[in-house]
Amino acid sequence: MSPNTPEATKKQINVPVMADLAARNESPEILFWVGCAGAFDDRYKRVTRAFVRILEHVGTKYAVLGLEESCTGDPAKRAGNEFLFQMQAMTNITTLNGYGIKKIVTACPHCFNTIKNEYPALGGDYEVIHHSTYLQQLINDGKVGVTGGESFKGRRITFHDSCYLGRSNNIYEAPRDVLAALDADLVEMKRSRANGLCCGAGGAQMWKEAEPGKKEINIERTEEALATLAGKAEALANLGGVETETSTPDAHDLQGSIIAVSCPFCMTMMSDGVKNKEQESKVQVFDLAELIASAEGINA
Amino acid sequence: MLQSIIFLLLLVAAFGLFAWQVRKVRANILVGRDRDMSGNAAERFKKTLLVAFGQQKMFKRLTPALLHLIVYVGFLVINVEVLEIVVDGLFGTHRFLSFLGPVYDVLMATNEILGALVILAVIAFWWRRNSSAPVRRFTGVELRAWPKLDANIILYVEVILMAALFTMNTADLKLHQLASKDLPGTFPISSLLTGLFPDSVSALEILERVGWWAHIVGILVFLNYLPSSKHFHIIITFPNVWFSRLVPQGQFSNVESITHEVKAMMDPSYVVPPAPTAPDGSALAPTSFGAKDVEDLPWTSLLNAYSCTECGRCTSVCPANLTGKLLSPRKIIMDTRDRMEEKYESPLIFRPNVYGAEAKHEPITDLANATLLRGKVTPEELWACTTCNACVESCPVNINPLESIIEMRRFLVLEESAAPNALNVMFSNIENNGAPWAFSPSDRFNWADDLFATDKQAATVVA
Repeated sequence: MSPNTPEATKKQINVPVMADLAARNESPEILFWVGCAGAFDDRYKRVTRAFVRILEHVGTKYAVLGLEESCTGDPAKRAGNEFLFQMQAMTNITTLNGYGIKKIVTACPHCFNTIKNEYPALGGDYEVIHHSTYLQQLINDGKVGVTGGESFKGRRITFHDSCYLGRSNNIYEAPRDVLAALDADLVEMKRSRANGLCCGAGGAQMWKEAEPGKKEINIERTEEALATLAGKAEALANLGGVETETSTPDAHDLQGSIIAVSCPFCMTMMSDGVKNKEQESKVQVFDLAELIASAEGINA
Repeated sequence: MLQSIIFLLLLVAAFGLFAWQVRKVRANILVGRDRDMSGNAAERFKKTLLVAFGQQKMFKRLTPALLHLIVYVGFLVINVEVLEIVVDGLFGTHRFLSFLGPVYDVLMATNEILGALVILAVIAFWWRRNSSAPVRRFTGVELRAWPKLDANIILYVEVILMAALFTMNTADLKLHQLASKDLPGTFPISSLLTGLFPDSVSALEILERVGWWAHIVGILVFLNYLPSSKHFHIIITFPNVWFSRLVPQGQFSNVESITHEVKAMMDPSYVVPPAPTAPDGSALAPTSFGAKDVEDLPWTSLLNAYSCTECGRCTSVCPANLTGKLLSPRKIIMDTRDRMEEKYESPLIFRPNVYGAEAKHEPITDLANATLLRGKVTPEELWACTTCNACVESCPVNINPLESIIEMRRFLVLEESAAPNALNVMFSNIENNGAPWAFSPSDRFNWADDLFATDKQAATVVA
């Protein structure tokens, strides 16, 4: 989704690393915690890069840990390996405290939840912000105008709630406010917000096969997302686990629709689901940061 | 006089038996591990008011919420009449509260209308459970045999109690009509029923007494049925909500003994605090990591188990259950209560669930030694959980099935090294590469290579 940019207006970003800042006796305003998916997963690396473009664009003084970052321990903790979790946590806390880090922004709800809620008991106290909240602040402060790039006006977008952002930490509105700035046609799934259905990857499921069952969870969720975007009333009528009834939707063409996510694992699960349903030519899965960077016209 | 004495004895016996049963429940809950739930009184009070008294979380689903509200309000208001029945029974008075005059009129009329609505609500409840196509959450391997019967017994008892109330009021009303006297109070439903009752004074007197005794004896019997039933929630919901976790739902408990070990590993000068000792100063047996049986769970999880109404909202929103996996959060909570009562104190009626092939259980030969983990809850159930907190969010009385699931996962991983193979691979990736995938740590920063952005200011100048 990057337009051809004239060379003259393209600038290279040298991502500032915390060790270099510390050597110069500088401290950043925020530490961007990239997370393992953001660093290694090819699809989510694009989210990391989009978010860095936004940070550069608004002129925030930020830094990353680079090679000094290590897994927060979230998957180990959810899987019951408390020992490994605490080893990881204390290693990271030693690094973060060594640099005197105060404020952390991350694009991963799992890292966000772990550092914000579980590191304090082990000696790591930071102000931790998920990138959806951070983007919302940038938009509210007028630092990101959401203009000058790709237009999302009228495109159908549905937001898939991440469990570790939503139910775990009660962040439901920030990602929706960010999407609202796109002036798109936002549609809610029947199972949304506190009633949102998991993508299927949490609790360390990302790294194992699902237990025997009738269906994969990400397929169940993708079907709901596609039926919501296409306005298929009959498909939505039979969903299980719906707590609140919603009105009957109108039918729509899927072409150009977007499933918006705010979590690397949701990204993988929903993308796989869309491919499984052979709708990838019509429906795309994007993270909030990608959508904002694209609307702001800063991709190069 | 004789009636008063019999009544007094009955009352004392019923409350004595109930107190004895509650002590057993309390003892069971206290076998759980310590967890400090003190403090935050203001926040806990507010939660109790909203979630327990106010039924806030019930209203996510309107139809059952309204039906339940009728029965709940009926229970609260009709208890005022029970108070009157107790006073009448002890002192031989008749309709002791009638001195309230117009207030009594309103009270009786409210009772009668609520009583009729309760019967209608109970019929609806019965239909939702027993029709040919029951509500999905009233099905499942854990909701057969005793739990299924228990749910229906509660509904039948509620109808019997209401019927007794109407019998008493209608007979009393007709007796007064026949004597051309005014019965204090207003009875909108019973006044419609007088035509159905016999005209004989002696028969009416018997009916009035039968209604009176059936109502109060029914209540006292029901009171003592509660500890054997899911209906115990009408009492224990209040302490359960009071002791809710107040931290974000995503925050899992910290295992402090591991913290000491890890700190000692990372810093050899770290002094591990001495292990707690028994009251007599002797060393306690070391506790396991995680939970194998009920006494390894925090006491709050055991309190949770006694608060469960088996409504199945947790299971109905569970992504694993929705897609046909074995996991049902409700089953784990029900299994916890069954296991507690099997191993420790049991209630008057105790028919624990026994699972077979339908829940992928091996036949259990030694019930006493079949621990919660494996004896009732299989690893397959535990590993199906995505830790999404949907069950926790959905529970109307703030039960946390996820916490028990994680405690049992901890036991499987830390005590038995029995994680699924794929997770062991993930663990060793984290240990060796600092990431759950098999990537080289030296590639961690490659994402930043060749990263460009449009310089919008420059772009504006060029334009």
